[in-house]
Order: sequence, then structure tokens, then C-alpha cells
Amino acid sequence: MTDKPAEIMFAQACNMAMAKAMADDPKVIIMGEDIADEQGGGVFKVTLGLSEKFGTDRVRSTPISEQAIVGAAVGSAMVGYKPVAEIMLMNFITVAMDQIVNHAAKLRFMSGGQTTVPLTIRTTTGAGTGLGGQHSDMLEAWLAHVPGLKVVAASNPADAYGLLYSSIMDPNPVIFIENTPGYFVKGPAPAPDHVVPLGKASVPREGTDVTLIGYGSSISRCHAAADKLAEDGISCEIVDLRTIAPYDEETVLKSVAKTKAAVVVHEAVRNFGVGAEISSRIHEELFSELKAPVGRVGSGYAPVPFSPAIEKAWMFSQEDIEREVHKILG
Amino acid sequence: MANNELADKDVLIDIFTRADLIMQSDIKFRQMIGAGQLQIVYYPVRGQEVVSSAMMAAVNQEDYLVTIYRGLHDQLAKGIPSKDLWAEFAGKMAGTCKGKGGPMHITHPETGVMVTTGIVGSGIPIANGLALGSQLDKDGKVTVCCFGDGASNIGAFHEGLNMAQVWKLPVIFLCQNNLYSEHTPMAFATSSDSIKQRGEGLGMRSVQVNGNDASAMYAAAKEAVEYARAGHGPTLIEAMTFRFHGHLLGDTSHYIPKEEMEQAKKDDPMPILRQQLLDIQVSEADIAAIEAKNAAIIEEASQFALDAPYPPGEEYRIDVLDVEIAA
Repeated sequence: MTDKPAEIMFAQACNMAMAKAMADDPKVIIMGEDIADEQGGGVFKVTLGLSEKFGTDRVRSTPISEQAIVGAAVGSAMVGYKPVAEIMLMNFITVAMDQIVNHAAKLRFMSGGQTTVPLTIRTTTGAGTGLGGQHSDMLEAWLAHVPGLKVVAASNPADAYGLLYSSIMDPNPVIFIENTPGYFVKGPAPAPDHVVPLGKASVPREGTDVTLIGYGSSISRCHAAADKLAEDGISCEIVDLRTIAPYDEETVLKSVAKTKAAVVVHEAVRNFGVGAEISSRIHEELFSELKAPVGRVGSGYAPVPFSPAIEKAWMFSQEDIEREVHKILG
Repeated sequence: MANNELADKDVLIDIFTRADLIMQSDIKFRQMIGAGQLQIVYYPVRGQEVVSSAMMAAVNQEDYLVTIYRGLHDQLAKGIPSKDLWAEFAGKMAGTCKGKGGPMHITHPETGVMVTTGIVGSGIPIANGLALGSQLDKDGKVTVCCFGDGASNIGAFHEGLNMAQVWKLPVIFLCQNNLYSEHTPMAFATSSDSIKQRGEGLGMRSVQVNGNDASAMYAAAKEAVEYARAGHGPTLIEAMTFRFHGHLLGDTSHYIPKEEMEQAKKDDPMPILRQQLLDIQVSEADIAAIEAKNAAIIEEASQFALDAPYPPGEEYRIDVLDVEIAA
């Protein structure tokens, strides 16, 4: 076989997952700002062609009203729909936090299970392209801290396809985090029936000396760092969480029990990040077996800076991962 | 609108039956809390009975209701069985939500009560979602969304009403204007003279009505329901009313001028509605029978709530997600 396998971009994978979900289930509807084709199919074109195919009843452009968008998703989810609400950029989620935290996450519980909210909120974010302080924050730790929400971040197009489909079909509210600079990264195309279950991590690289644990935009840097560290004779295993909350603790602990060392890597600000929780759990379960305390890599304690020079210094990097691995392995 | 005309006799009896149940329930809750039999934060509804009762008399059981933490009158008017409601207020397993919602989060889909929110204004965007479901399903249902005058000062009101109007959703936004948002008089914190004006500013069909007048309130409600069912879109009803017992129980209403409270109590909608029934030849005996039946329902429900067992503590691990959370 010399044929190169077909490749697709991350944004295309998300589009295909929504198209499949809409074709499979007439109760899947999508709403968000500028998402219908008449308004351009989304600012990043992720929903391009969907309104033409499925109609503007099911693919609805909305006012710039994040509370109203998420509220409409909450209500329609309660009466049998599987809405996908697009919140254009993750920072705009702040405007809808009441609907997400006080309502989407809690209505199942507060109603004693009488009502459920099977919605998906797709949103994108990510630094590195000079969008500054209000268009590129990674806020997953806030959401992962809320009981009742699932939080998902894919690291490659095939996973994006399989995870977004699962998110839409999941009976719980799911926040699906996409990565703006990563939209145009290509990867192997998934089979049409490819599904990735929520709550299951993957191990895309096996190794013996240290486990790098990440998700979303940190995985490509983990691979690059692992390649570099291999030159120094350090064998890295990579765990891609894929679902941040609730995460696959079993796979994480199994890997670290083998390598006896771990570094948690994310683009989000390091302080109080997802890495703190995972690191803490590893210490609780495997303390006496560890070669060294669990390391953490994240971005600096500051808003995302605009100037490329400052943004680069602020943002987590491949070199940070290598440095942290060397530090903990001595 | 035909504000001066009395509604049909059957309709007025129906409204009175609901409103009396609410009034007696409110009195009983305040008694039991005062006597230490119930330890709950309670938002009294005395004075606002007729607004809800007339509104809910104009919709069907399968129509949806979204309301707020001062919601006892809406919930009873919509038809939640008293036993289930009382047990939930008391935090018992037999409550509508297994004791996990409490007075501020009553949910009872069987009677269309889909959300009771403790966050001012937040029910409005969700009501749109329920109505969007009805619009797409073409099921003919309407959604009633209740909130107070204070909610018109929060962003969700403006986002929600705008979207409802743009999408022509079958919602009735029922603003129960009791003139005070918590302790703040409307004129102090609200830039417009009425809530109706705000609806009009958003391009929505908007009416103001004396919510304490059963016939006028019912006429406004019925018209809005018919408008929504016909696919014309939402209506904002600003129903003028008053509350007699503070924002929450224990609040002395010191911020309400004495004369204003006295006048409001003179205009108490309950004796007025009762007199209207007598005026249209409903007998004193028939009215007394309604009142006695309601009293018996409440007696049974309140005793049931006291006697019913609490949920097991482990219940907190259930209904967080679709699967039970590990201990």
C-alpha cells in the first residue's frame, strides 16, 4: 500500500460529526451566532453547509446573546431535543455561566432526575495567534469543577469526530472545547462510524520512564517533547485524556504505576488548573511508588498577552515540558 | 380589552378554587415555620394569588411553566398535587424532587412545571427553549414564564425577550409586578415607568393589567395564550399586584410606606373575588365547601410532609450525571 491515507482538518471533522448526528437523529439542532450558511456558516466555517442540508429550523443563527443561546439549548434539551449551542469563543462563555452552572449542570439533580439537559456547547479558544486577553483563554478548569458537567477536548481530527458525536448523543450537558489555531491542523480521516466514548483516555505513545498527561492543544507539544527527550534516552508515555471531566483515572494511574513519574501538561494557566487535581490524585494513590513528585506544565499567571514576544514567553511550550521532565527525573 | 366584564361563572369559581388553596397554603406555611415545625427559607405569596390562578386557568396541564423562588402560587395554580409539593418544601423523599430541589427548585413535569429557578431572570432564556421545542414539534403547547418586576433589570430579560420575539416563540412572559424588588421600590431602580414599555421597546406585544382583578387577568391571559397558540409569538403581560408579607418570611416590610400597605390590604384580591362569586349567585355554602375542601387538602399534605421520611444521605450521588457518582 503506497496510498497516503486521506487526511482532514480538525474543523472539517467537527462539521462531519454534526452532520452525522443530524442525519442520525432529527432531534439534533444547532444554534449560535452566524452559524447558518446565509451568515457564512460560522466565523471559522465549522458549520458550513449544515443549514443548506438540514434547514434553518434546525441550524439557527442567533442574536449575539450568549445567555439566550444557552438558555434556549437548556429548555429545548429538557423537552426532547439534543441541541448543540455554539459559543463562538470560550471567553464568551462567561456571559452564559449562569445558564451553564446554575441550570444546565444542576437541573437533573435539583429535579430529582425528572428533567435532563442533554445539550452540547461547542466553543473554541487557544492562544498563540495574537488574539489577546479576551479571545483565547482556556477556562476548562472552571467547568470541570462544576458537578453535572462533562468537559471534552480533542487533540486530533479523528478524535474530534468521534468525541463530538458522543458528546451530542450523551444524556448529560457536555462542553466541547475546540482549539482555534488547531482548526486547520490535518490528521487521518476517521471512518464514518468512528465513535470515541466519553470518559476514556487514549495512550497514543507508549514509554517506560515518565508519563506525560495532557489533552487538546497540549498533546502535539507532548509528542514533540517526547521525540526530543528520546534523543536524551528518556522514554515518554503519553496519556491523552480526551475527556477532562470526568477523566479516565484508571488509565492515568495505570500508566503512572508503570512509569513511576508523571508531568501534567496544559495550555491553561498552571495555578489551580486541571493539572493540580490530576497531580493530587496521583500523589494520593501512588505516592510511595513515585520516583519524584508529579510535575506540572501550564501557562503563566497572567491574562493572555497580545504582543507575540510576551505571548510566547507566557505560553506553555515544548521546551517547558522537556525542562520539567529533566527536573523531576533529576 | 374587556377589562370591565366579568369572566364566566365557571371560570371565576375555578380561579377562586385555585387562589383559595394558595392563600390557605401560604397561611399554613407561615404558621408552621413560625411554630418551628418547618425550618425553611420561605417567600410568602399572600396578595399574588389571583394573578397565578387566572393565568393558569387559561392554560392546560400539559402547557409548560417556568417560575421563580417566590413560586408557590404559580406551582399550586398549575396543579402540582399539594402532598408532593409540601413534602418537597420539607425536604422529604416523597417530594416532587426527592428533597433535592426544595422550595426554590420545584419541578413537576406531569403538571408542566419544568423549572423553578432561584436566580432572578434566569428562567426567561430557558422558557424560550421549551417553547422552541413546541414550535419545532408543532405540539400547540405554550410556555408561561413568571418573574417579578425586578427581573426586568437583569440582562437575561432583554436577551430572552428579544430572542423570543425574533423567533416568534409561543411564550407568555408573565411579569408579576408587586412594585418591590426585594426591598427596593420599583421607581428607585427601574428607569421605565412600566415593564410593559420594555416589552414594547423589544417589539413585543405587551399589555398591562390589574392582576388582582380575576376577570381582567383571565382575559389578558386567555388572549395571550390564543395569540401564542396561533403562532403569532410571545406576549408580555405586566400584571399589577402586591405582596403582603415581605420579600421573605421575617422581613417586616419596613421599606413599604404604611399607607401603601394599608391601601394594598384594602384591595386584597381574595375577599374581592369571594364577593364577586356571591354577586353572581354562587351560594355561601358552595364557597364554604370549596374552602373546606382546600383546608382538608392542606391539612393532609402538611401532615404528610411532616411524617414522611427524609431521603438517605447517599442520594447526593444520584442524578448528578446519568450514572451514579462513586462514593
